[in-house]
Amino acid sequence: MKTKVTMTINGVSYSHEVEPRMLLVHFIRELAGLTGTHVGCDTSQCGACTIDLNGLAVKSCTLLAVQADGAKITTIEGLAKDGKLHPIQEAFWEKHGLQCGFCTPGMIMSAAQILQRNPNPSEAEIRHQLEGNLCRCTGYHNIVKAIQYAAEAMAKR
Amino acid sequence: MATARLMGSSIKRREDPRFITGKGNYTDDLKLPGMTYAAFVRSEHANARIRGIDTARARAHPGVVAIFTGKDMTAVNSLPCGWLLPELKVPQHPPLATEAARCVGDPVAIVIAESQTAALDAADLVKVDWDVLPSVTSTARAATPGAPQIHEVAPNNIAFKFQIGDAAETDAAFKKADVVVKKRIVNQRLVANAVEPRACVARYEDATGDLTLWVTSQNPHVHRLLMTAFVLGIPEHKVRVIAPDVGGGFGSKIFLYNEETVCSWATRQIKRPIRWTSDRREAFQTDAQGRDHVTDAEVALATDGTMLGLRVKTTANLGAYLSTFAPAVPTFLYATLLNGVYTFGAIHAEVTGVFTNTTPVDAYRGAGRPEAAYLLERMVDACAAALRMDPAELRKKNFIPKFDNGYQTKVALMYDSGNYGPCFDTLLKMLDYKKFRADQAAARAQGRLLGVGFSTYIEACSIAPSKVVGALGAQAGLWESGKVRVHPTGKVTVFTGSHSHGQGHETTFAQLAADQLGIPMDDVDIVHGDTGIVPFGMGTYGSRSASVGGTAILMSINKIKEKGKKIAAHLLEASPGDMDYANGQFFVKGSPEKAVPFGTVALVAYVPHNFPEGVEPGLEETSFYDPSNFCFPFGAHACVVEVDAETGHVKILRYLAVDDVGNVINPMIVDGMVHGGIAQGVGQALWEGAVYDDTSGQLVTGSLMDYTLPKADGLPMYETARTVTPTPVNPLGIKGAGETGTIASTPAVVNAVVDALSGFGIDHFEAMPLTPERVWKAVQAAKSRK
Repeated sequence: MKTKVTMTINGVSYSHEVEPRMLLVHFIRELAGLTGTHVGCDTSQCGACTIDLNGLAVKSCTLLAVQADGAKITTIEGLAKDGKLHPIQEAFWEKHGLQCGFCTPGMIMSAAQILQRNPNPSEAEIRHQLEGNLCRCTGYHNIVKAIQYAAEAMAKR
Repeated sequence: MATARLMGSSIKRREDPRFITGKGNYTDDLKLPGMTYAAFVRSEHANARIRGIDTARARAHPGVVAIFTGKDMTAVNSLPCGWLLPELKVPQHPPLATEAARCVGDPVAIVIAESQTAALDAADLVKVDWDVLPSVTSTARAATPGAPQIHEVAPNNIAFKFQIGDAAETDAAFKKADVVVKKRIVNQRLVANAVEPRACVARYEDATGDLTLWVTSQNPHVHRLLMTAFVLGIPEHKVRVIAPDVGGGFGSKIFLYNEETVCSWATRQIKRPIRWTSDRREAFQTDAQGRDHVTDAEVALATDGTMLGLRVKTTANLGAYLSTFAPAVPTFLYATLLNGVYTFGAIHAEVTGVFTNTTPVDAYRGAGRPEAAYLLERMVDACAAALRMDPAELRKKNFIPKFDNGYQTKVALMYDSGNYGPCFDTLLKMLDYKKFRADQAAARAQGRLLGVGFSTYIEACSIAPSKVVGALGAQAGLWESGKVRVHPTGKVTVFTGSHSHGQGHETTFAQLAADQLGIPMDDVDIVHGDTGIVPFGMGTYGSRSASVGGTAILMSINKIKEKGKKIAAHLLEASPGDMDYANGQFFVKGSPEKAVPFGTVALVAYVPHNFPEGVEPGLEETSFYDPSNFCFPFGAHACVVEVDAETGHVKILRYLAVDDVGNVINPMIVDGMVHGGIAQGVGQALWEGAVYDDTSGQLVTGSLMDYTLPKADGLPMYETARTVTPTPVNPLGIKGAGETGTIASTPAVVNAVVDALSGFGIDHFEAMPLTPERVWKAVQAAKSRK
């Protein structure tokens, strides 16, 4: 039995008949074709699938697509506006906050939420709030630096 | 000239824009017309015979396209082992198990369906009639009498026995020792856990007979060669292997695995593309794992701290089958590194490789070298404690003195260049060691337990001279290719056999090429990871890309310059021998005004109306570089911790690293790799460990809920510095930097914890990780001894 769900992703409306068990991340990747959101684990640890759903950073592998019916979603592909990178994207580039790039979309989406909640976080606050995102390449050093750099850049705007 | 500063500059990575905008191109992102989806049926038992497989219900499941078992895969060979030691026992390793499964996760069937969910649902309906047998997973127990026998070809589960060094000389050293320090050291099993799970897409085109395999590979050519020539028996030239963006490897994506082999075979049967993507549980069960040694080590000492001898007996767990390069890791990448940076009087090491009913073990970041460094550095600290010497002083006393061109170790290797003392002194200065000891004493008086741990290391990288590794059992050469194509407009495409899965080759190699050619970096593109485009290459592992791959590119650039000189000399009516090249100009030596720009020479090479006799048109060169020796980066790391004796919790206060990796192309990228390596090594020291239940053979730590990866809040900012001792082995003077952090950090952290707990009389931990439970228990045991 399939259910029709409709959601807005990066300003575009997507409507599909889905099995009720379909995960949101598979809707985003397979049906909307937005492959920037990644799947790195089965158990909601790695955070590579982090997206913004109605203003909250969520792990899209932990929600069913049907739960997102009617939602407004932003994925990594929707972060840059008018061809201009978001300051957090700029910061990850500037501070070498990525290596293989696989965890990066989730990291950036989580970082956006961190700075939305607290525009001037301490290093300890950044590290604590990154607990839900795993990176195996950077040792987190430059990811923390990137978020600090983005916070400064966004404060100046 | 602006371009003269490209080498050694921290240039922002050119691959990043696609990754930060979600436009990366990973294997699982690929969707092809008519694509099908695969799921594997796997053994839930560690050791079990297959009595039969019933696929009837699964076949009837809606959406199922095909189901194959091992019995269908006729004319398919065993997955090969690419490193053969003398008298190595090589068991059969069929891509789909036919007779028996030897570890949990061993695949027995592939289910292919119109959707991923249909494939997974149908895989659940495949019924395997198992005859469950007793299993053994413990490294120490595998070769003991009465242990379940895994392979008929390997009596007592022994795959090989290996030794190196001089046993008689070592015995003599121990006879004249004043003090002997002996410890058991367990280097626990680790899981690489690249955040991108392994994946493949296999597409066979019936009309042409061409097969394309997209796969998460660190070495696509090696994948293709092993799969076509050794396993499937299909023509290599009709197979194209593409490793697109790959989300981390750390060794685990070097090897030829069952899944891509089965998918490549199956697409030829169903004549439709097949995609398979591992989930994390499958990754835990099937990605080749790392480390897993049990070692008894002893050091013979004179009372003044002179290290007279080292004796090592190691049992290395190889898992259920021999993974692609498994036998090399605990032998030539481990035992040959046991000399470290110290002048030992004598060394002897014995290694026994054993089979167990566990996931195969192979190279994981550092591969053998972290095991060697951990053993040495743990032993040096234990020796310092036994002699009541300062661990920094004991190290300095025994360092090999500075050398520029060769140091013969006691375990076969000839080091290239080294200067270990100043590197360690830089570290002590950064740490302010004297002040730390004062702070530590003051803290202890207040009941706070601070500790510092040192580690020094040597790494053999820039893998590897083909003749040497061939003599040691490698079934492949370990050179690298580099092709430089100058286009008629003077733009340049560089093709490298190295593969980037986080290392930033697209930036680093462009820096190298643009710097050497004296042209803007924007005029250079780097292509890698595609056997259809790139000349045969050996790929990326063993910190080899810049030193071996980079040198191959340099050789091609030099050939381009030599040919360019002939063309430019012709245009200037000068002699080729009088020509020089700098800053993007070919010019007559001593007359820089008589010059032809690089772009003009490129155009003339393709429009050769006015061209020297006997010179071929075109401007494209290919080189294969085979290094004459390994390169040996070294370094000194320190970790400062605070231990809470009440809870056993370890907090890292500072982490300092001074590495010497020779010359550096992009310091930002090298620092980034050092950071990541440190975190992985800290992970082994404090959190990570694969645990098997020795009765059931189940992997207990089979998910990221059970296996603790390092997280941001457990790690500090790293304080890094470098000394520079260029290698004489290659013309770039580059040693290699990909694994240093992982090698150095594990012993630094463990030594720091032991130092913090030294007041309790604790001088060693037999096993890692140093979880709060393990630390707390050690403190309780020490208290009860007192």
